Order: sequence, then C-alpha cells, then structure tokens
Amino acid sequence: MKKVIMGNHALSYGAMLSRAQVIAAYPITPQTQVVELLSEMCADGTLNAKFIKVESEHSAMAACLGASLAGARTFTATSAQGLALMHEMLHWAAGGRMPVVMGNINRAMAPGWSIWADQNDSLSERDTGWIQFYCASNQEVLDTVIQAYKVSEKLMIPSMIVLDAFTLSHTYEVVEIPDQSLVDQYLPPFNPPWRLTPDDPHAFGGLTSPDHYMELRYKLQKDMEKVPALVEETGKEYEKMFGRYLGQVEEYLCDDAEFIFVTSGTAGSTARVAVDELRQRGIKAGNLRIRLFRPFPFEKVRSILSRVPRVAVLDRNISYGHHGIFYQEVKSAMYGQPSQPLIFGFIAGLGGRDITRDSFREIADYALSRDRVEEEIVWIGVKK
Amino acid sequence: MSRKKEARKIIFESEKEMPPVPMSLGSMLHNRTGAWRNIKPVIDLSKCIKCGICWKFCPDASIDIVDEWPQINYDYCKGCGLCAEECPQKCITMVEEEK
Repeated sequence: MKKVIMGNHALSYGAMLSRAQVIAAYPITPQTQVVELLSEMCADGTLNAKFIKVESEHSAMAACLGASLAGARTFTATSAQGLALMHEMLHWAAGGRMPVVMGNINRAMAPGWSIWADQNDSLSERDTGWIQFYCASNQEVLDTVIQAYKVSEKLMIPSMIVLDAFTLSHTYEVVEIPDQSLVDQYLPPFNPPWRLTPDDPHAFGGLTSPDHYMELRYKLQKDMEKVPALVEETGKEYEKMFGRYLGQVEEYLCDDAEFIFVTSGTAGSTARVAVDELRQRGIKAGNLRIRLFRPFPFEKVRSILSRVPRVAVLDRNISYGHHGIFYQEVKSAMYGQPSQPLIFGFIAGLGGRDITRDSFREIADYALSRDRVEEEIVWIGVKK
Repeated sequence: MSRKKEARKIIFESEKEMPPVPMSLGSMLHNRTGAWRNIKPVIDLSKCIKCGICWKFCPDASIDIVDEWPQINYDYCKGCGLCAEECPQKCITMVEEEK
C-alpha cells in the first residue's frame, strides 16, 4: 500500500510494523509527530504496545532500557536537546547491550535556540556505542527502522535512525508501506539471549572491577565490527522481500568517477543533482552517501575512494577546534592506504541553512581548482 | 530464603567465558558491605509478628526469612534503617556499632 506521509510518520509506521511493544517518550519540543502518531496507534488498538509518558528524555530512554532488559521490543524518538539529555542513558543502552531502536530528528543544538537541520546532536553521541544510520528519504526511514531491529537484536547493540529536520521530518513523500505479514516474516519476535526475569534472577549493570570491565568493552567493539557485514546481509534479504536494498553507503555514479562528493542525509540527494550537472560539463563526478556512520564502513569507503584523485566531504556539523566530523572520519579511514585521494572538507547548512545545487557547484569549483589542501575548513554560504 | 551462595570472587580467565553484559559478575556478593555500617538494626523477636515487611523493604536484600522469622545478614546490611522505619510493630531498634 502506498501512502503520502511525512518523515516523522515514516518512523512511526516503521515502529508499528516492527511491532514495538514498549514506547516511551516525553511529549514536548523538541519531540515531533513520531510519537504522537504512535500514541494514537496505541490508543485505537492498531498497535499492541504500552505507551509510557515520562517526564524527560532521560527517563524515556531509562523506561525503554528497563523494558528492553525484560525482553520487550522498544522504541522512542527525540531530537537535539532531548538527545543530549539522554546522553547518560545512551551509554547504559550500549554498555548494557539493550537493542533499543530510536529515531532522532537532526536538529541544531541551542543556543541560539533552533529547530532546524544540523547533525551536531547525533554526532555528539558518536562514541556512546550506538549504531547510527543517516537517511535521505522517507521510504528509507521506514525501511531502516525494520532493518535496524534485525541488526540490533542480532548483536544486542542499540540503533539510532537519523533524519534531517524539515527536509525529511516534515516533508511529505510517497512511501510504500510494506505488508505486516511480510514484515513479520522478515523480523521475528524479539527473543534476547538473557533477560530480567524472576525465573532466573540476575543483577545487571552492577559494579564491574578492573578484572572485567575491559573485556566487556572489547566484546562490544568486536560485535560492532560485525555490523557492516550484517547490514549488507540484512539489506540484501530486505531487497529480496521488499524490492529495496539497504546498504552501508549509497553510491551514485562512483564507478568511473574522478571526483566524488561524500555526503550524508538529504544533502546526499541534492548531491546527485549536482553530479548530473557536473557530468553535463564533462566532469566525471560521483556521490558517495554514507548511510551507516557507526560503525564506520571502512572497507566500503576505502574501496570506493581509493580509486579517485579528488574527494570533497560535506559536513552539516562541526567539531569546534577541529573539522567537520565526516571529514575527520573519511580522512582517518584513508590514512595509510596505498592510494590516497586529495580530500577537501566543507561545512555548510548549519542550523538549517539550505544546502543547494549552488552549494555543490561552489564545492566542486573549489576542489577541482586546487592541487593541495590549503584550509582546514572551507565554509560554504557564510555571510562574510 | 537463606543465603546459600558462597561469597567468592569471580574472575574470568578469558573474555570468551564472560557474558557480553555486566550480568551477575558476583562482585556484590564478594563485597561485604556490612563493614560500612555505623548503626545496626536489632530485632526484638518477642514483638515480631512475622509480617515480612522488613524483608520486602530491605534495599540490599540483607534480611533473610529463616524458619518464618526475619534474620539480618550483618555481612551485607549497611545500616540504612529502612527496616526499623517500616516495621509496623516497631520491634527493630537501630543500635550504635561498637568499635
């Protein structure tokens, strides 16, 4: 069945089709329609789930963790300041190996108070141990929620589905809503290898001495390293059943490219148009949109970028005193490789400023006219 | 409901033997928190009605029911006094620990 829905509701439908059993949320800004629709589904019986209203995002995640540990499939959604307030609980989710799936609408951090697109909120949670997927269409958002449960529950690592504020969250697109019976076939009920139950009492998350802490972290990293292959495997399985492939990255005309944009989120869609324009001008351009940001898809990125002489990384975020965060990550992935491209870093679109075809034209002109990296950061669209 | 487990320190020799989650690593059993106590609860069993409220409320699970009567496990009781506060018979007194 096809429906015209906004990105927020694509998250809701994804959670509904995945048969989330416990949903906890704090219903005020920066919350969005994600949980509003889910609360209606719970109220009218469309979704057989417990909806828990809490007093903060910190508590929303805490409620999900308790439920997840008891064996329930859990979902929540947030944004910006709300995600920051969850920070401590994000470590609990990953360290405690609780496969919560959460939607995060990429919104700029305050102050100045902002509700517009910017990736600094989710990228500030880079090191919490969550899997992160960045989406570029409402269809991808819905599909990724279902895939994320499959990946997360297999490895017992939580997942964050990230989408841009407004350009996806409040933009209506045609979305194919998959059949419930097919989704049930793809995603069996959550059956964790351990759980909180009176039948087999255990203490979870207790004091862990230096005798064991490091091994727990080692095991989390080792399981994180299994994610890229599992994303490929579950993405291909998804394609077989639903006709849409969900990989670690999305390549657009990268095969013969001599110049590649590295993008994420909706800017990745705009980049495709920019690539077409460059190709009309005779420049062999391509676009590599990173979908899986954590764990970082090292192999994929290396195999694609080592073939090209020039790369331009676009960041809608900044690590103050360093670079754009995707720029750091791409450079670190290419370091020490036998063939390294020239990698330029650009920052654009902070706080919801539009990233347009013109932005990409400016980026291409800059990168194609230089033979070495001259500036740490190239700013696009700052009123200087 | 007496405590049958022995308080021993669990040390895994390899990460392969360990659960991936910090789950019942045994450290709290090994950690005899009774040494933290300044005041200790003492039950006057002549007034006790065996209601089990102290057993239910003890946040450290340091009260066992032995042959229907409550018995405090001083190896772990931190002396918080919750049991004395909740006891409906007021038969638990908090007594100063002697050096």
